[in-house]
Amino acid sequence: MNPIILAVLIVSVIGLIAGLALAVASIVMAVPVDKKAEAIRECLPGANCGACGFSGCDGYASALSKGVTKNTALCSPGGNDVSAQIAEITGLSAGNVAPSAAVVMCQGFCEKSNTKMVYNGVESCQMAKQLFGGPKECIYGCIGLGDCVRACPYEAIHICDGVARVNPAMCKACKMCVKTCPNSLIKMMPLHEAKAAVLCVNKDKGAITKKECQLGCIGCMKCVKACEFDAVKVENFCAKVDFNKCTGCGKCTEVCPVKCINLITLED
Amino acid sequence: MELTKGLLSILLTMILTQNFVLAKFLGICPFLGVSKKVNTAVGMSMAVIFVMALATAVTYPINKYLLVANNLEYLQTIVFILVIAALVQMVEIVLKKYMPALYNSLGIYLPLITTNCAVLGVVTLNIDSGYNFVESMVCALGGGIGFLVAMVMFAGVRSRLESCDIPKFLKGLPITLVAASLVSLSFLGFAGVVENIFA
Repeated sequence: MNPIILAVLIVSVIGLIAGLALAVASIVMAVPVDKKAEAIRECLPGANCGACGFSGCDGYASALSKGVTKNTALCSPGGNDVSAQIAEITGLSAGNVAPSAAVVMCQGFCEKSNTKMVYNGVESCQMAKQLFGGPKECIYGCIGLGDCVRACPYEAIHICDGVARVNPAMCKACKMCVKTCPNSLIKMMPLHEAKAAVLCVNKDKGAITKKECQLGCIGCMKCVKACEFDAVKVENFCAKVDFNKCTGCGKCTEVCPVKCINLITLED
Repeated sequence: MELTKGLLSILLTMILTQNFVLAKFLGICPFLGVSKKVNTAVGMSMAVIFVMALATAVTYPINKYLLVANNLEYLQTIVFILVIAALVQMVEIVLKKYMPALYNSLGIYLPLITTNCAVLGVVTLNIDSGYNFVESMVCALGGGIGFLVAMVMFAGVRSRLESCDIPKFLKGLPITLVAASLVSLSFLGFAGVVENIFA
């Protein structure tokens, strides 16, 4: 036989056999794909942030389709839109995702907060905290080396003047930064409503706090007395606002002698 | 006895002196891409060992009874690529059906093996060296184990690199390539060892 024809034949036949075998195998050994989970996965934002409590968007989608959870409002980056879309696919009721954004509870800006040393180590809050609680005198405040900046999948956090600041318009409330901050300084706050927040978590006595930072809470109780709604409490020499009780009247912010209570409105 | 000696010699040569990654520079893509963690490096290597052995077992008879018998040796490359690609796809389908846990842990690495030149390298090398079927299988096994050794060692080196203070211009791929060259250089130390063991 002509060697050229033989060559063409051999390659084609091997290709044909391989193709047929694959085709047969893909039918015989087909694994049923969960159509519902795939459709839900399409709606989710795909940030794999884990705010829903499952292992990423795929995990949440399969949990919804298998009925492990019936809550369609767990995706905070997606918000109400995604909840409504999921409800349409699954036939469950759409939930209400309370819009919220992250806020860094510290105002220890460079010139306000004293430093005890110059830190030249690895640029990581986690690492810096191992050395005497960080470069600032206050060991509770923002270290400012940007662990949260790197954790944020939406680039909503930046370091301004030594302290991390969240841009509420960019924040999707995935809580990645909340988990990352070694000082647990980042809290979620409701959007669209003015609430008073104490931007300090210092647990030292007032006199010590005053030496460390000009904007630290000294636990003077003035805000507790000023509040008409019993929303402010002082624990461990630091005031704390209960967001459920706070009406955003702003009385506490007026009386605060160190100006560490701020009225925060997160408009997007 | 002579047979075992010969097979052992092939195995050790493939693992140490003729290591696919570090001496022949084949399969560099997964070597750099998947060596960030020891776990994934081991998973990828296991898949490579499996596919190498399977590809050798299938391509050896094809070469001997179809290509050589008809004087069509020049078709080797294209036929082998065809066979390897089909094999990897088949392995993927079977794993997905019967071993979903292993399938999920291998992830993207399984289809990536299709384009791994170390697999094509081992089947071509078997033919160039004139090995018989048993020798070819041992050679494929040795090549796969050599790949595993190189991957796991380099994954260890890379995890040390993570915690090093590297100059900015060398960060990332440059320092990885420098480290790879040093690991490769260290394997030169095995040159001549295997030949002299069995001398």
